[in-house]
Amino acid sequence: MKVALFIPCYVDQFYPKAAIATLELLEKFGLDVSYPKNQTCCGQPMANSGFEHLTKGCNSLFVENFSGYDYVVCPSGSCVMHIKDHLHIEENEEAAQDIRNKVYELTEFLVDVLKIEKLEASFPYKVGLHQSCHGQRGLKLSQMTELVAEPFSKPGHLLSMVKGLELVELDRKDECCGFGGTFCVTEEAVSVKMGKDRVLDHERNGAEYITAGDLSCLMHMEGILKRRGSKVKIIHIAEILNHHLS
Amino acid sequence: MKVQDHAQAAAQFIKDEERTDWHDETLWFVRKKRDLAAHGIPEWEQLREWASQIKDHTLSNLSHYLESFEQKAIANGIRVHWAADGEEHNRIVHQIIADHDLKRIVKSKSMLTEECHLNEYLIQKGISVVDTDLGERIVQLRKEAPSHIVLPAIHLKKQDVSDTFHDFLDTEKGNNDPQYLTEAARQHLRDYFIASELAITGVNFAIAETGGFVVCTNEGNADMGAHKADVHIACMGIEKIIPKAEHLGVFLRLLARSATGQPVTTYSSHFHRPREGQEMHLVIVDNGRTRQLGRADFRNSLKCIRCAACFNTCPVYRRSGGHSYHTAVAGPIGSILNPNLDMKANADLPFASTLCGSCSNVCPVKIDIHEQLYKWRQVIVQAGYAPVSKKLGMEGMAAVLSSPALYHFSGKMGRTTLKYAPFLVNNGFNPWYKQRDMPAPPAESFGEWYQKNRS
Amino acid sequence: MNSRDRILQAAAENQPAQRDLPVIDFERLIRYDEPAVVFEQVLTKIGGQLIRVKSLEEVKRRFAGEDQEKFCIDAIDCTEEDRLKMKAWKATDLALLHTLYIRGSFGVAENSAVWVDELAMVNRLLPFICEHLFVVLEEKEIVPTMHHAYQKTDVSRTGFGSFIAGPSKTADIEQSLVIGAHGPRSLTIYLIENDSI
Repeated sequence: MKVALFIPCYVDQFYPKAAIATLELLEKFGLDVSYPKNQTCCGQPMANSGFEHLTKGCNSLFVENFSGYDYVVCPSGSCVMHIKDHLHIEENEEAAQDIRNKVYELTEFLVDVLKIEKLEASFPYKVGLHQSCHGQRGLKLSQMTELVAEPFSKPGHLLSMVKGLELVELDRKDECCGFGGTFCVTEEAVSVKMGKDRVLDHERNGAEYITAGDLSCLMHMEGILKRRGSKVKIIHIAEILNHHLS
Repeated sequence: MKVQDHAQAAAQFIKDEERTDWHDETLWFVRKKRDLAAHGIPEWEQLREWASQIKDHTLSNLSHYLESFEQKAIANGIRVHWAADGEEHNRIVHQIIADHDLKRIVKSKSMLTEECHLNEYLIQKGISVVDTDLGERIVQLRKEAPSHIVLPAIHLKKQDVSDTFHDFLDTEKGNNDPQYLTEAARQHLRDYFIASELAITGVNFAIAETGGFVVCTNEGNADMGAHKADVHIACMGIEKIIPKAEHLGVFLRLLARSATGQPVTTYSSHFHRPREGQEMHLVIVDNGRTRQLGRADFRNSLKCIRCAACFNTCPVYRRSGGHSYHTAVAGPIGSILNPNLDMKANADLPFASTLCGSCSNVCPVKIDIHEQLYKWRQVIVQAGYAPVSKKLGMEGMAAVLSSPALYHFSGKMGRTTLKYAPFLVNNGFNPWYKQRDMPAPPAESFGEWYQKNRS
Repeated sequence: MNSRDRILQAAAENQPAQRDLPVIDFERLIRYDEPAVVFEQVLTKIGGQLIRVKSLEEVKRRFAGEDQEKFCIDAIDCTEEDRLKMKAWKATDLALLHTLYIRGSFGVAENSAVWVDELAMVNRLLPFICEHLFVVLEEKEIVPTMHHAYQKTDVSRTGFGSFIAGPSKTADIEQSLVIGAHGPRSLTIYLIENDSI
């Protein structure tokens, strides 16, 4: 099974550890994983700001980089959702369509494609799971509290396999953290207030770590935690799933 | 008319953090009540689907249903008027008042009349209208606009109401008891009801099959007004039409549960004919709705039944307050309706969202609100209403991100100088840092690590 | 062209291609083993109360027991003459209406709403202007949901009708529930039980 690793631009630049953990985790399952080195960004930052018309270059580059694999796997629900919803190329729609079908967020790939039921991982801490909206509501990685439907959680399912990990209950299970792409600067006051409230929910309920499938949310919350001098740390879910007690 | 855009007004609102927390918690509580009510109905998601389909069907036959509704309504003895825009709506209402030379006018909640600024129009003509919904009366006395379409005074605390009532209704200073204050309003407004000559109401649903309309309230104020006054004027947007009375079964099950978590409003009143000796007028208003109907990406915003569930669930609305949306209908639904009314003045609204998607999930008629927010952003930028600095930043970003060489170069720059994250517009002053830190810079990017360790 | 024609034309031009109406499948709807029990539970939750009675006579006896010093109206059984008189009453006449007894056509278990049409209320103002509202309902006339409710009646049969659920209320001040906004301060349902004659 040939898998291409799609690492979002800000993860590449600021959180290489999460990308390394994703790679190592996939390799543990015996997959042939490669990282197309000319990749940059999915184009979402422009598109969500109203400049989808400027993403043609990103789209062509994306298709160039990610064609010819069985799967494209990415440790970000948000970037995957953008590709699924908005990757189009006029002159090669077929190739774009092919990638839209093959792109997976990491936890959904592990649960739905690899059907993982066991993990050799341990992480003896109290962890709060932040449901990143695009992964949850966009890709339906977890059931949404608004709907009258059976609960499930793909990231939750994987975390339950991690030895020693205690998942804390949050007061608001799936409220947005307020990152929102450029929203985090254009609506700075609301964004920070939302982030503060989210972080407090985790703190109040005893989390030592906040994890999520999206580092964009985590970066935002980390920025707030640090500024407030909080002891709570952030960690990408791939790093937990790949974590061993040495 | 707008003084501040959403972001500025929201920043102002959040300065009082304690009050912001209270606002957030109070509306979150309403959202929780909504969840509880929805979970009491196993077929909830099916109901939403039916409601959505009925509205889709109605919009696809809107001209037909409007015509048959009009015909039936006239046969029922209702006088039907048509208004192309808010101005014409206001003129019609004023004309009816002037024809009868009436002075004592009460009005129950109607977001349409807010949208058309009817009260202001009538004041200019020397006519004052008394809003009878408690929340609306409170904000009217304070010369404010409602901040929420279902809970008009949700931005106020009981001491604010107490102060207002002390000033206007002569209640005890410092008595903040909601029971006491509500009783004072009851006595105060009862006098207006008893004396009223003309009543204005909104319309929740208009039934094409029967030519009647339904008005829902908890307080009973629409009924008190309409059944007392000799002239009743009901105002509705063209999108209030539903095909048959039986469809109310679907909508009335959804409306109050979505709005407040109640199983149904206290009164769901069905008006079909004026009572003996009464005049009943109905003003049917377009005001941009047929234009919205023609926008394929946005037309289904017209399915809205004004429950405000999207307000209550919206993490941005809860922390910025209704007035920051500077329009009659605030919240997520307002942010997709208002650009149609005035794209330039409301260009900020579709950006007042993180696109978290919760709004679409609670919507009882399944409007894809967050997707329309995304689409309005594209339309607004294409129409040239984005700030120039943003446009330049985005063009720069697009250039960098579509070129691997430029990306790898500027990524290094970004990491070493930590001036900006690559996805943030670098416009000289980055608001990220006001209340947040950036992550510690790693020694190397993943790309660089991979080069060393895997190839 | 006038506004009417312009609006209708614009709607016709801009409306999308035909979409079909859904079929409301009653098999999908919630079922209640004992609709009357649910009706009472919901009613209590929304601030109303339910009193089980054996017969209409019992209701009449209760009416006779109301404080007749106050302005009380029994609109359940009234003569044509009474009806004419009641119809003519204005708000000023009714301002002090304390107690009203009326008949409800049917009730809805899921939300404890009762359908009251103009025939039953005689004067449209009565059930809204009174301080205390009493509605007589037969237990066998309780349907499970609003879908069933709209099958029970043609809502345009009389010029006005209302589903009334509980006493009037508001929560416009800090979301604190206050019973007795503009309409009745209390609502009591007299439920005539099934096994009574």
